[in-house]
Amino acid sequence: MGAQVRVYRRRIRSVQSTKKITRAMELIAASRIVKAQQRVNAAKPYALQITRVISALASQSVIDHPLLQEKPDASRSAVLVISSDRGLAGGYNANAIKTAASLEARIREEGKTPVPYLIGRKAVGYYKFRGREAADSWTGFSEQPTYEDARVVADALIAAFLTPTDEGGVDEIHVIHTEYASALTQRPVANRILPLVVEESDAPPPEGALPLYEFEPSAATLLDSLLPRYVQTRVYAALLESAASESASRRRAMKAATDNADELIKSLTRAANSARQADITQEISEIVGGAAALSDS
Amino acid sequence: MAELHVEVVAVEREVWSGEAVEVIARTTEGELGILPGHAPLLGELAAGATVRILQAGGGEVLAAVHGGFLSVTDSGVTVLAEVAELADDIDAARARTALERARGEGDKDAERRAQSRLAAAGQSA
Repeated sequence: MGAQVRVYRRRIRSVQSTKKITRAMELIAASRIVKAQQRVNAAKPYALQITRVISALASQSVIDHPLLQEKPDASRSAVLVISSDRGLAGGYNANAIKTAASLEARIREEGKTPVPYLIGRKAVGYYKFRGREAADSWTGFSEQPTYEDARVVADALIAAFLTPTDEGGVDEIHVIHTEYASALTQRPVANRILPLVVEESDAPPPEGALPLYEFEPSAATLLDSLLPRYVQTRVYAALLESAASESASRRRAMKAATDNADELIKSLTRAANSARQADITQEISEIVGGAAALSDS
Repeated sequence: MAELHVEVVAVEREVWSGEAVEVIARTTEGELGILPGHAPLLGELAAGATVRILQAGGGEVLAAVHGGFLSVTDSGVTVLAEVAELADDIDAARARTALERARGEGDKDAERRAQSRLAAAGQSA
């Protein structure tokens, strides 16, 4: 066998084993998408109910709570970036970080200082490589976040929000998460979660009119414990949706990799075949040439 | 007899929903029973509380609820909880180990959570 053919065969084997890995990752990601979506849906009833309860509370009493107060001279804005722990997810992390960068630029234009909070090893790595200090970071749960994780993050953000600005607190909090539009489209979006905004609207709320509650204990005490929960739910929903998007991005990236490997194997096989044929042709012409030379003499 | 529509909703999933004749829960202000036709009420449940749901025909559903709220509306009762577990799903032995661990670490929050799970499972802490 010619040296050329051996080189081709070796490359084909190498590509084949890479393909096996990317194929396995594609299948794992595909099953994770389904699970992540189920969790997104399972978390919806609670989010819906707590929103209704807070709306009812807000419509019935004059509410005044630190988490609702717009700070007039805001100077520090927290930006929570939700990224993944592992790469190989196409543009997922790059897109989230790019959105964070443009939000930070906008914050700077407004004359405020962005304060980064990071979730996921990829964002942490990105900031570290550029020598930029993050206020806090969490890793290890990007693919399967639990409510406990969301609570830890939300509590840290709330604590920072309630700290006065000159003692290292922040005046507003933005969250960047990746919205799961479909298996093919995921969009990074930036939302401000604190201070919360109470919207006055005359439109009847979905699911019927809000009940006129009696409160036990007082409305103010209830609000005290409800609002942080609401923020936690928002963070939890953002984490869940990002997890679904991460898996979807990974599945698509790995599908593309598997398809490319197929393509590569095909063209390498062609090249190997023609190299083998060239070897055979050359050998035959050598034999024929040799025989002719012998018979001529 | 009129029935109440009851939903027990935890953050990560809906735990239970169905019809009932009475819901008994303890808020931070005290214990209360809710019968059909109760005035709309929003209450914060006491830490480490259990919620008893009495069904028509004598059935009873017991749930350990942690960090929860009780919302009574015209359409029914909703229990919103950070963590909620039905008594049937609770592993008493595991709850007991969790309780001991929480006591050892001095984690008050986890201790109350474990206590409510044990109480729902029908054992004393």
